[in-house]
Amino acid sequence: MAGGPAVELVGVTKQFGDVAAVDDMTLAIGDGEFFSLLGPSGCGKTTTLRMIAGFEYPTVGSLKIHGREMGLLPANERPVNTVFQSYALFPHMTVEDNIAFGLQMRKVASNEIAERVRRVLDQVQLQHRAAAKPSQLSGGQRQRVALARALVNEPEVLLLDEPLGALDLKLRQTMQVELKDLQERVGITFIYVTHDQEEALTMSDRIGVMDNGRLLQVGDPAAIYEHPASRFVAGFIGDINLVDAVVTGSNEVKLSNDHVLALAAERPTGAAVTLALRPERLELYDPDETIPDGHYRLAGKVTRKLYYGDAFYYDVSVGLDRPLEVKEENRPGVETYELGDEAVVAWDPASTNVVRD
Amino acid sequence: MVSETATAELEARAERAESRRGVLVGAPPFAYLILFFALPLVIVVVYSFASRSSTGATILGEWNLDSWLRVFSPQVAEIAWRSFWLATTTTFFCLVFGYPFAYWIATRSPRARALLLVLVMIPFWSNFLVRTYAIRFLMGVEGPVSVISQALGGEPVRVLFTNTAVLVGMIYGYIPFMILPLYAALERMDWGLVEAARDLYAGGWTAFRKITFPLSMPGVVAGSVLVFIPSLGAYVIPAILGGSNTVLLGDYIVSQFLAARNWPFGSALSTAVMIVMLAATIFYFRRGGRTL
Repeated sequence: MAGGPAVELVGVTKQFGDVAAVDDMTLAIGDGEFFSLLGPSGCGKTTTLRMIAGFEYPTVGSLKIHGREMGLLPANERPVNTVFQSYALFPHMTVEDNIAFGLQMRKVASNEIAERVRRVLDQVQLQHRAAAKPSQLSGGQRQRVALARALVNEPEVLLLDEPLGALDLKLRQTMQVELKDLQERVGITFIYVTHDQEEALTMSDRIGVMDNGRLLQVGDPAAIYEHPASRFVAGFIGDINLVDAVVTGSNEVKLSNDHVLALAAERPTGAAVTLALRPERLELYDPDETIPDGHYRLAGKVTRKLYYGDAFYYDVSVGLDRPLEVKEENRPGVETYELGDEAVVAWDPASTNVVRD
Repeated sequence: MVSETATAELEARAERAESRRGVLVGAPPFAYLILFFALPLVIVVVYSFASRSSTGATILGEWNLDSWLRVFSPQVAEIAWRSFWLATTTTFFCLVFGYPFAYWIATRSPRARALLLVLVMIPFWSNFLVRTYAIRFLMGVEGPVSVISQALGGEPVRVLFTNTAVLVGMIYGYIPFMILPLYAALERMDWGLVEAARDLYAGGWTAFRKITFPLSMPGVVAGSVLVFIPSLGAYVIPAILGGSNTVLLGDYIVSQFLAARNWPFGSALSTAVMIVMLAATIFYFRRGGRTL
């Protein structure tokens, strides 16, 4: 089994009535990988997770875990465990009994159960809450119990369905780090479903972006962020400027303000393309300032300025349908612009992504 | 700026005004309950200490414990035991038949659920007495059960006037009181918990035993109380379906008031039954940890 993928989906479709919640999905997730399924609600990411868990069955396609076809195997016979979005802790059982549940079901000897429960409670630092009922715990503690309850079984794959969704921002950020650490320590394959791009970027080894039941792009966080393949992926992850352009030659595209950029779009002449530009890759210059050679430049006027504390966000109108958003970090001595100031937006051609519609 | 004591004073005044409004709203139903519920109850209790003249009139003033001593006689104990046994059996069967049905309703689509609940309640739209007489026909010698048996070459079957007839009638009459609270409990179930149990290697039956059933306990307790209590004092169903073979607490009490004309003894019996029921109810809810 070594080297083979932990989870493999081939041509998986899940049909609910006329709607394909998941549409012809093919994906291999490596052993020990932290893989995130990212997308807006209703994109099919949770359905995909539920199919791996065994709560739903594919309408067509093959789903394997460590090379073994899952078919119609019920959830209780699959080597996976789930951390549910609402935690789904058993309210009538103590923390300890919740965690021991899976081991008891598998008829593990009771002294071993006690030992493993104690160890996992240690791991999530909840030894002192072992006898508490879930209703007596804070949100963060419940989250840890849910995690412990799944991990104690040492599953081949751990499925996490937006496990941090119910926590407040600070706790969520702490838990992101803890989850990632934990995953590296235990070495179990994590499949993490989220609609939060930041979560996906910070924790994952690889991300699969989904929309409308389709898997649009799979790649490591940097690839997804720096080189989005489609307009949807570009727009869903982070802030982005999407600029319409038309290919006018083998090495040039024309923007809607008739400005021509030297850019190999690798599309036939006359084709409409979209350029995706990250706000932090754009820079603002005074009209008389020297701009590095080879940088694209568009002159315009500042129409909006937002102070974010760590950064300034400017809207610069350059004659396109929409103003360009530019992010400038709030470093000492950074030059700031005011509303109505003339400015030039410039950027490195390498930061320009041509994306599919 | 308002000082702290002044604020407290204002708050207290607002609270008093609030409670005055509460009294105004609560007064009419309160008066109604006092007049038609509490007062008759007091009369019953008072009568249980009165004595009976040789003609059957109740003599107030000659207070004594004779009726209460009779409540503890072996004859009453036998009737009480029979009633208790019937109520327990009824409750048991209502639970056994009602639980799967309530579970089934609770797991339908919301639209189907509404329809099924109406079906459960339809019997309440017609008179209880009429329905019981209809059952009487079904169980009689000319009833369908008997007719089918004879058509198949068997003997005529008469279920009517047997203990089985009473039990069947009681289950029929009280099962909605079991189904409704069970449904309420199951409808609130978080089915995600069952999924979690399945995810943790529990089979379907085990998940039910470990998760669904324990979490529906409040419904089981409420339904059992709602069936057990009226079953214990049931009068109409045993009277119509059981004939005179089986004397139960209900008909025994009625006969004290009507046939024997012994109102003090009837009152003492009623009061005793009420006390037992009250104790049972309190015990149940303490155990269940919930109120209705």
